[in-house]
Amino acid sequence: MALYEHVFIARQDVSNAQVESITADFSKIIEENGGKIAKNEYWGLKTLAYRIKKNRKGHYVLLNVDAPHAAVAEMERQARLNEDILRFMTVRVEELEEGPSIVLRAKADKENRRGPRPDSRGPRGDRKEA
Amino acid sequence: MAARRPFFRRRKTCPFSGDNAQTIDYKDVKLLQKYVSERGKIVPSRITAVSAKKQRELAKAIKRARNIALLPFIVQ
Repeated sequence: MALYEHVFIARQDVSNAQVESITADFSKIIEENGGKIAKNEYWGLKTLAYRIKKNRKGHYVLLNVDAPHAAVAEMERQARLNEDILRFMTVRVEELEEGPSIVLRAKADKENRRGPRPDSRGPRGDRKEA
Repeated sequence: MAARRPFFRRRKTCPFSGDNAQTIDYKDVKLLQKYVSERGKIVPSRITAVSAKKQRELAKAIKRARNIALLPFIVQ
């Protein structure tokens, strides 16, 4: 079976639960057609680089898929029909990435850097009047 | 040598070949951003010193990133 990375962008005004249900639907399609999902990753609501169908933001989801072509074709067909999906892209890859992808790693980095900052300087003490 | 050519610059090497080179990935926006201009155009390899093979890979990655709106096609 071939390995694919599938990224789709859902409209900004759908809820997290709806995004999850779309992901679940796709996983079901893949599994019914004899494939399997190696990993699914939710990147969160990201700002799009340009407007797509008047949306400025979108929910990004990455699926790492190990499935025959027919399963992927069926998933793409459903993606085209689904009006909540702004765009999708399937890329065939030589090997699937293990662990969180660069997007999630970058996000975690950012939060780590932002986290400890406020208290790291310690109390400032009283300011002396001139 | 340096006296004769005061503006001699060391030839830069390709950042994607050799040991501990970065991998090109269409999802890695931070990396790709270094290889597009302010207008959002792909920077030629003669400026960035990326090898021809890696430049082709890079161009493909940038185009994929544009397709899923991680990078802009043009910046107005």
